[in-house]
Amino acid sequence: MSTTVLEGKNIVRDYHIGGGLFTGPRTVHAVKGVSFTVDKGKTLAIVGESGCGKSTLARIITLIDPATSGELFIDGNKVDIAKGGLTKEMRRKVQIVFQNPYGSLNPRQKIGDVLGEPLLINTDKPAAERRDLAMKMLKKVGLGHEHYNRYPHMFSGGQRQRIAIARALMLNPSLLVLDEPVSALDLSVQAQVLNLLADLQDEFQLTYVFISHDLSVVRYIADDVMVMYFGEAVEYGSRDEVFSDPKHSYTRTLFAATPRADVASIKARLAKKKAA
Amino acid sequence: MSLLEIKNLTVSFDTAAGPFMAVQGIDLSIEPREVLAIVGESGSGKSVSMLAVMGLLPNTATVKADRMAFDGVDLLKLSPSERRKIVGKDISMIFQEPIASLNPCFTVGFQIEEVLRFHMGMDRAQRRARAIELMKLVGIADPEDRLSSFPHQMSGGQCQRVMIAIAIACNPKLLIADEPTTALDVTIQKQILDLLVSLQAKYGMGLIMITHNMGVVAETADRVIVQYKGRKMEEADVLSLFESPKSNYTRALLSALPENAVGDRLPTVSDMLFEPAPSVAGASA
Repeated sequence: MSTTVLEGKNIVRDYHIGGGLFTGPRTVHAVKGVSFTVDKGKTLAIVGESGCGKSTLARIITLIDPATSGELFIDGNKVDIAKGGLTKEMRRKVQIVFQNPYGSLNPRQKIGDVLGEPLLINTDKPAAERRDLAMKMLKKVGLGHEHYNRYPHMFSGGQRQRIAIARALMLNPSLLVLDEPVSALDLSVQAQVLNLLADLQDEFQLTYVFISHDLSVVRYIADDVMVMYFGEAVEYGSRDEVFSDPKHSYTRTLFAATPRADVASIKARLAKKKAA
Repeated sequence: MSLLEIKNLTVSFDTAAGPFMAVQGIDLSIEPREVLAIVGESGSGKSVSMLAVMGLLPNTATVKADRMAFDGVDLLKLSPSERRKIVGKDISMIFQEPIASLNPCFTVGFQIEEVLRFHMGMDRAQRRARAIELMKLVGIADPEDRLSSFPHQMSGGQCQRVMIAIAIACNPKLLIADEPTTALDVTIQKQILDLLVSLQAKYGMGLIMITHNMGVVAETADRVIVQYKGRKMEEADVLSLFESPKSNYTRALLSALPENAVGDRLPTVSDMLFEPAPSVAGASA
């Protein structure tokens, strides 16, 4: 039996841009009525190019920004941060990992403190217990105890992304939003981080919302795929449906633009070049 | 005769902890009208070796080579002022961050015309005509109006087109593109790659593509050099590299592509290169 962890109904987000001296105010419709559901232990991938509203949607799901209208359910409870505050319990359930591991860690904070801070703010666990939990989490993401007292600049990009993932998992969330978690990483490091995410999903029964513009990564990790274009979900379905039979013309454009690294398409290209 | 010929190139940087060897004995040559891809992860020295060709490395870098010749001219023996006459004219380069590599204080028209003034000695009217022609060539709509735009008024893809216009302004013999599409969306990436390849074919330039994206290699290159930690791991034409990679590292890179995933787990480079796989993760330190 599957339980729905995340459900969005007709989510809309408008940004009002105040007028300047010469221009009137205007409204940008960043997300125009998007609906989705994600079951426990599954991965929903959101694909689209820059400016299509995928990161705005991520901020709404992570309860950072309120939606202008629409309903958001997490673990079956309706959440609206525009009305009434957010409980610590709610905050605990959803965590996010950002794209740039160089920008998302405080350079003056030791890794141990980075990992302990979510517990310090959201729980009343004593320092010793926070330290133990942080040590355990370091192990889980493939780092060691010796890293506890180091600063972010002493780590490579892939290691920093592991730290960011560890921090997101400290509160034992049920939903993890991953905003382009591997697009700043090298190919081989990307493979390691994707493997780590898959392992953690199995171990903790995590639900992922995975935001990416890289279709090959999406094809590898996703169960369901949503393609966004100018704030609308133009395509939404299971991975196999979307990849084998894309319905919308934008999805097809996206597939056509993705570089192919198989021998057959290289042969085709070289043959075409010779003919020209 | 090769367009660019490099033998045993070594680049080291002076650091507080002693010299750091970024490039260790790279041989490289490119023929006219050829597309060569240099592939590697960050820290493999792929950009540094090309910056050494351009003479753009900082003072802390020491460049040594048995031979570094462009079009028969020995680059190592040239004085800085003679070298500046070649760089930007006969060899030009495009960088990764299109928005950061343009000067935010000047219009794109000024920045295109600057090259023409310096290298070609054109007068004002000729420069403007050529700038408009170049903007059309790289596919920017309304070139007359866009000449007076500032970089922040254009999108990333358009800025990269402007960078390409600057790079090909003097009809270079060799164009070096350092991760030209890494910062761009896939749909824009496709357009920029198509543009580069069509310009290369049209003007018979040599093109060096520096990238870490195997898809970009597969779509553009004739010949490929794979680098790892400053050393050359493999050199092959594009088809045989993908069909039958010889070095372990290339095989590891290809199998780390998510589209080549077999089963649930992606093989990682450290699985194949280091025995046994280190428990502390992160291939690059």
